[in-house]
Amino acid sequence: MRKGLSLFNITSLALGFAFLYLPILILVIYSFNDSRLVAVWGGFSTRWYASLWQNQPLLDATWVTLRVAFVSATVATLLGTLAAIALVRLGRFRGRTLFAGMIYAPLVMPEVILGLSLLLLFVAVDLDRGFWTVTLAHVTFSMCFVAVVVQSRLVTFDRSLEEAAMDLGAPPLQTFLNVTLPIIFPAIAAGWMLAFTLSLDDLVIASFTTGPGATTLPMRIYSQVRLGVTPEINAVSTIFIAAVTLIVIAASFAMKRQFVADRTHPT
Amino acid sequence: MSRIGTAPRGRALVVLVPYLWLLFFFLIPFLIVFKISLSDDVLAQPPYAPLLDLSAGWQGIRDFVAALDFENYAFVLGDSLYVQSYLQSLGIAALSTLILILIGFPIAYGMARSPLSWRSLLLMLVILPFWTSFLIRVYAWMGILAREGLLNQLLVGAGIISQPVEILATNAAVVLGIVYSYLPFMVLPLYAALDRLDESLLEAAADLGAPPWKSFWLITFPLALPGLIAGSLLCFIPAVGEFVIPDLLGGSDTLMIGRTLWTEFFSNRSWSIASVMAVLLLIVLVLPITLYQNLQARSLEAGK
Repeated sequence: MRKGLSLFNITSLALGFAFLYLPILILVIYSFNDSRLVAVWGGFSTRWYASLWQNQPLLDATWVTLRVAFVSATVATLLGTLAAIALVRLGRFRGRTLFAGMIYAPLVMPEVILGLSLLLLFVAVDLDRGFWTVTLAHVTFSMCFVAVVVQSRLVTFDRSLEEAAMDLGAPPLQTFLNVTLPIIFPAIAAGWMLAFTLSLDDLVIASFTTGPGATTLPMRIYSQVRLGVTPEINAVSTIFIAAVTLIVIAASFAMKRQFVADRTHPT
Repeated sequence: MSRIGTAPRGRALVVLVPYLWLLFFFLIPFLIVFKISLSDDVLAQPPYAPLLDLSAGWQGIRDFVAALDFENYAFVLGDSLYVQSYLQSLGIAALSTLILILIGFPIAYGMARSPLSWRSLLLMLVILPFWTSFLIRVYAWMGILAREGLLNQLLVGAGIISQPVEILATNAAVVLGIVYSYLPFMVLPLYAALDRLDESLLEAAADLGAPPWKSFWLITFPLALPGLIAGSLLCFIPAVGEFVIPDLLGGSDTLMIGRTLWTEFFSNRSWSIASVMAVLLLIVLVLPITLYQNLQARSLEAGK
């Protein structure tokens, strides 16, 4: 691609990023609005943040959500990594087409279908709905995202490193643990983070598969949002956005260093 | 194939664990949805009549086959409310995808032409909204589009309109919400395709006297096409079944299939009708989903 930006390129980039970021910026600004009326600016205040700490249902929901996200991301990373290795490394095994189909379909499948079908499964096997059913549901769709992320790293990496280790007599498992795993680790970490945020964010699937006592933060936010825009929700959203942004930026720096280390110290 | 991985038993385990998981939690649930879509609603918990009763032996199976009917399907397809939901979902998703292409292409193009040192930052800026909550990003528009919201204040202040207009709770707001939420999914595959484009092709075209628009149309566009198709499928398929956006930004007359299914399930408590709608939605989407899977599989093969 020929380098050099025309006026058209600069304008489309500026407008595009303004479109992406202005609504979030406005939401953040209004979380510091002293007025309860969303349309009126009543001066700067942090009182909505303070009132969050008194909102026990919201805090409970946050705790449930973090637990679901942590457990489901961890299991999804394990299963997703195995699935990626199966897809990239094991060649043509029987039923591979169905397997690949089941990995890619959840990436685009409408959430209402996933949510409804999982709920009907849980009812059919008579599983009590709550924390664990939401977690199982989240593992199922986020493992596919992990598989795709890990797979893209497995496809590009230099296989001669593994062959060298095996030629030097390392057994397969040891080769995997000492050579393959460190190389694909950044992708596994990225996959875990993706699974974690997907779980934090999910409203639809959680609403279908949850039960008493396992209301997640998005469900709590949604039930308030339906009644209209409130400064408290703006404050929750701002904290959420700030936390995710910090984690993503920190992770991308860590990964860039890892990448540079890969490049400068060929093993 | 490489010898890597593991001994035969280990290899089998690597495939089997995720395979069985997906069979049990992804494939079998669909079969259950299909089964429930053929059963009748009853006032009980769970609110549908059980179909296959194996404990009754041969008689149970015979009853099962005798009770199979498609009356739920006939009901859904005969009701204009449901049919309209399907048509409107497809229409709104198609329009949104078209707008996404028109907005996403210039952004991806600008990114691919920007200096190398900017690119990782620009890429990060496109990905970042994808990581922040979908629900929150849709919610952000509620405050902007509301009757006394920022956009109306701005338009009235600028003298473009004399009094606030209804923007929230319209189909236009739903399209806007979809375009906003799915923009990263369109830009990323397009950027990946444009970034790989071989510069010398454009130089050759210019040397041979092709005007810029012609080399764009004959070189850049065809080479970006795989990215364009991938991006369109990534946006169109989930948008058809979208629930959050039509529910929060749409009006009462915004009939989208995801929302209608939600209402059937949570408000009307009709599990069988909700299942029928899920099956029909899947039938509508099976072609684009297969297309998307083939693209994914092919890009995996190409990467090897």
